[in-house]
This record gives sequence, structure tokens and C-alpha cells, in this order.
Amino acid sequence: MTTLAMSKALNEGLRRALERDQKVLLMGEDVGKLGGVFRVTDGLQKDFGESRVIDTPLGESGIIGTAIGLALRGYRPVCEIQFDGFVFPAFNQIASQLAQMQLRSLGHVSLPIVIRIPFGGGIGAVEHHSESPEAYFAHRAGLRVVACSNPADAFTMIQQAVARTDPVIFFEPKRRYWDRGEVDLALDPGDAYPLDRAKIIVAGTDVTVLAYGPMVKTSLEAAAAAQEDGRSIEVIDLRSLSPFDAETVCAAVERTGRCVVVHEAPVFAGLGAEIAARVTEQCFYHLEAPVMRVGGFSTPYPPSRLEDHYLPDLDRILDAVDRTFGY
Amino acid sequence: MTVDMDGAAAAAPDLPSVDGLAGAAQELVQLLTPEGERAEHPRYSLELSADEIRALYRDLVLVRRIDSEAGALQRQGELGIWASLLGQEAAQVGSGRALGPRDMAFPTYREHGVAWCRGLDPMKLLELFRGVSHGGWDPAAHNFHLYSIVIGSQALHATGYAMGIQRDGETGEDGAAAIVYFGDGATSQGDVNESFIWASVFNAPVVFFCQNNQWAISEPLEKQSRIPLYQRARGFGFPGIRVDGNDVLACLAVTRAALQAAREGQGPTLIEAYTYRMGAHTTSDDPTRYRLAADLEAWKLKDPIERVKAYLIRGAMTSASFFEGIEKEAAELGTQIRRACLSMPDPRPAQIFEHVYAEPHPLMAAEREQFTAYLSSFANEEGAR
Repeated sequence: MTTLAMSKALNEGLRRALERDQKVLLMGEDVGKLGGVFRVTDGLQKDFGESRVIDTPLGESGIIGTAIGLALRGYRPVCEIQFDGFVFPAFNQIASQLAQMQLRSLGHVSLPIVIRIPFGGGIGAVEHHSESPEAYFAHRAGLRVVACSNPADAFTMIQQAVARTDPVIFFEPKRRYWDRGEVDLALDPGDAYPLDRAKIIVAGTDVTVLAYGPMVKTSLEAAAAAQEDGRSIEVIDLRSLSPFDAETVCAAVERTGRCVVVHEAPVFAGLGAEIAARVTEQCFYHLEAPVMRVGGFSTPYPPSRLEDHYLPDLDRILDAVDRTFGY
Repeated sequence: MTVDMDGAAAAAPDLPSVDGLAGAAQELVQLLTPEGERAEHPRYSLELSADEIRALYRDLVLVRRIDSEAGALQRQGELGIWASLLGQEAAQVGSGRALGPRDMAFPTYREHGVAWCRGLDPMKLLELFRGVSHGGWDPAAHNFHLYSIVIGSQALHATGYAMGIQRDGETGEDGAAAIVYFGDGATSQGDVNESFIWASVFNAPVVFFCQNNQWAISEPLEKQSRIPLYQRARGFGFPGIRVDGNDVLACLAVTRAALQAAREGQGPTLIEAYTYRMGAHTTSDDPTRYRLAADLEAWKLKDPIERVKAYLIRGAMTSASFFEGIEKEAAELGTQIRRACLSMPDPRPAQIFEHVYAEPHPLMAAEREQFTAYLSSFANEEGAR
């Protein structure tokens, strides 16, 4: 075991992906000499060359569109979108081209492309640097959508994502890049926890809290605080947002009878809405209370001096947990 | 005439016509006049045998027949829509026949002539327009990519593909290149402009083949550009050339040269094939609302097929029986397409869920199972009666 920051764990995962398969390429703005604005690709261009770690012109649609062309030629591009709010210029290439080429070709064409997106707030940034756009992509069939929450998962999940045949939108919680954790660098991604599955991080008996990305840590803090009050919170890291691991989630909710979904994205038409509906359909007779959602307000992301009010925190999670006991 | 940059905004209402700019007319590469006379061009020589010219003529006629048969099938309700290539046969056949077997073509949704040259079964195109699939052919089988409907998206795919060719080291005289087709309207799209930048910066072996058919549905070229389109290339750092898009020989020669330059490491070229969309944008469009019949008449005189026919006759390269043979072949092709279209089966309902993902996806499996059970519940009802 090695202690690594999440950004370094991703770096190590990408390094192994580049070593494992000559067809793997990294591409994006500033990913070369600079190593990316969050240093996730630090040193990789030096070791693998400019042909495989490509500093692209500044155009997100261009990055994804040319990655599609490279994938048609047999390459496995891993694209970096510098910040969540910059992905929208690439939306046609992701939603209408990348997601649909498999179907358009009736299976003749697969596009094994990973799109890494640092997402979420909490770093005091300006507009467009703190968003959580995952629902747009989970809504689009043809894409797989995952989010890592800790260094160990980041290391294996990025390698598993690169190995997939389907395109994967890979969300990285940017405010957790510097969080450190134990990583088993010898672990083969094939032996690691499956990419598509949710993981129970803390077992509990009173309520199941579902979170992903940056909110996993916040939920764990909420669980620890609740324990002091004698309330047992179970925390599940969803990890995969599409497909959604209904099996793991519903089995857990059937045990606890209560469910709270947490994300930074706005609640209205967010992933929590879909999850709440599914859990309600599948666990109706086990539920003691409606499924509660905790998320950002249904507004644009606010200026950073207000983000502490906007972002769900420990207290807002506990407040929702309390409400599930009010029925 | 030059564009006065400083006065551009003030002069906007009195813009000169696109053709009036920079002596574009003189820069048009033409090897076969509308009257069927052979012309020479200092940079683009072309030596073709009589057999090769006859083969091009056959392509042009058959492609037009595929197009007219599909248009008729749409009118009879057999296709949902059809995008006619009428008038653009030479641009497509000329460029399509310039491609080598290892080159990769990225079409829009109107490149039926290029599809023909690449050997794609026309029925695959009809499948798309009938609503049986979204295309469904294997791009690698004929080095002809899937039709692309969101305007300009495919320009980036071609450029990325060309970057792949570079990485595979398939350059040099025997190397490969990519060619991407798009129209005059597409040149306003961000993706096309980004692809120009990427291709230029990476010196990618890609040819941008713009069929300027003068119309983006109802919008004339003046709504897209203040300068001739081929001149845009210069600002991106690579050559642009305007070719008579109704001249199959010129399109062949110019595309051949651009592809060879790309393969040999000289980077991208923008070819503007100057042509005219003789039909409607698609069968859902009504061009009488926005353009004059007189324009159409003028372009009829520049027909891409008639000039080759005149050239063949003038040069005594063929006989009446040749033309009759081609007409017969075209009629047979039309009949064959009609028959195949009418007997094309509808897809199975469960196909909705197939090929959405390459790998298993629990949501696809669950919805497919539910939907199949739902459908079979009706069958059971009927059985119970």
C-alpha cells in the first residue's frame, strides 16, 4: 500500500493504461508539459512522447471529435475536459456522435473513449468551474458514466474505464484531488471491484445514504456524526451512475427502510430524482419514508462566496436523514 | 476586388457578390467545359483512357438513377425522406474515383455518389431513409464512414482519423488519407472550423471536400460567407482550390492531387467544388419559396452528365450502343432498387435495445425484457380468445 493524493492515483492509473496498450492516447488542453491544470497527467508526456500525450488546440468539440476519428482508426483516446463547465462546447460530439455511433453502425463501430471531467465545487472558483453536469450524460444512452470518490478507486476505475469497449464519462471530484489515501499500486484492475457496481462504504441499519464523487466524503462525515447520536447510517458510493446499480442499492434500502440521495448537482431532474423513483418502485413496501434528496439548489452555481450555502454539507444530509424519521 | 476590412461593417448592406471577390471565376479549375470540350490546366493534368472516361460516364448515369429511383420511392411513401444529389454527380463521382482503397471517406447524408464509388450497396442508404436503421453498414468494409446528419460533425472525425494514419506511419506515396465531405452551409459550423485548425496544426493527411451547391436549405451562400469558400483555407494555413463541381474530370484531378499531397505529408487541402443543388434540399423542402427558376435553367446548361456525353461523342470514343447499354443498365438498377426496397422487412421491435452499448447494460436488458413481455401479453390475449 502506498499513500497517494487522488490526482496522483489517477496519474498512476493513466500511466499503467499507457504502458499496457500502445493504442491508449491522452489528449486535452495543457495535458503535456504542464501535466494538466490539476497535474493529473504530470510527467506522462515526458515518458510517453508527444504523439501519445497530445496537447490539443483549445477547442473541446475538436478534442472529442478528433478522438472519435482516432478511435475509428483503432486508438483508445482518454480526453481531458479541463473543467466541468467547459464540456458543453463538446456536447454534440459526446451526445450525438460518441454516444450513438455504436447504434448508428449496428455494432460495427465501437468507440472506446474515456472523457475525464473534473467536476463539482468547493474550490472557490469563478463561474463554469464548479458544476456537476453528470445528469446530462446519464440521460444519454450509449454512454457509461462513473465518478470516483477516493484515491484507491480512482487508480483502478480509470484503468477499468480505459479498458471498456463503450465510451465512459469519467467524473473526478476536483476538491478531493488533494485528499490522500491508501492505494494498492500492485492491484490488477481486472481483480479490482467492478466498475459498474456500487459499493457499501459503511454498513448501517437505520438509513441508507447514496452518494458519489465529492459527496461520499461528506456523507461519511455525516454518518460519523449521526453515530454519536445513536443513529446508524449506511453509506453507499454509487461509483457508476450509468448503469445504475439498482441491485446493490435496493437490497440495502430494503434492509434499512430509509433512503437519502446526495449530490452537488441541482435536485430538480437530477440523478437523485431518477434514483428516488426507482427505489420507490422497487422497494415500496420496505420504505418507512419517502426517498429524500439532498443537492444543490435549482439555480446556476453561485459565486464562490456563496458556495458553502449552496453545497450540501453534513448538516443538510443529517437534516434529510432526520426527516426520514418523521413519517 | 479586395475586401476592405476597415470598411467591412459599414459596407455590409452593399456586399459584393461572392463571385465578385478576388477574381474567383478565373481560379476555377475546369478540364471539361459545359459544351464537352477538353480544357487544360497548368497544375492539374489528367490523362485518361477512353475506357476510363466511359466508366466515369457510367458512374454518373447510374448514380443519378439511384437518386431518381429513391426520390420516386419517397413520393410513393416507401421512404420517409430522401436527400437528392441531383446536379452534384460529378463532384461526388470525380472525388470518389480519386480515392485509393486505403483512403477513408467521411460523408454527409447526400453522398450517394461517393457511396457508389466506394462499393456500398445502395440499399444500405435506402435502409436509412426508409427508417429501418440509422445506416448500419460497416465503415471498414468499404472505407466509407456512416452518414452524418448533424452538419459538419464528421469533419472532426475525418481529421482525427487522419491523425491516426499519421500515428500508424501510413504516410508516403503508398500511404492513406482521409477525405471529408460537407456543404457550403457546414463551413459556418464550429466543428468544420475546428477541424481546419486541428488538421493544420497536426499537418493531418485529410482533404476537405466542400460541395458548394449554393444553398443550405433556403439560405444562399451570402448568408454563410463574404469570401469564396476555398479562400478560407489560407487563413488556416493550408491551400484551398476551387474546382468546377460539375466537371467530373476536374474533380478527379484536383482530388487526386490533394489526396496525394496529404499522403506525402503535405497536410490538408480544402477543395471547393462549385456546383448547384438542382433539386430540393430534401423531399420535405420546397425551393420555389426561396429561389428563382431562372437560376435552375442556367445551371441545367452546365449539367455534369451531358458534357461527358458530348465529349465522348465529339471524341468518337463511343457509339450509340454504348449509351443504350448504359440506359438499360440504369433501368435495371432502378428496378432492382425498387424491388429490394419494397421487400425490405421492418426491424424487430426488440432491436430498439440492440447495439446501444457494446457491452452488457442492465437497463437495456431490463427494459427489453419488460417490453418483450408487454408485447407478448397481447399475443396471449389473442390466443385466449
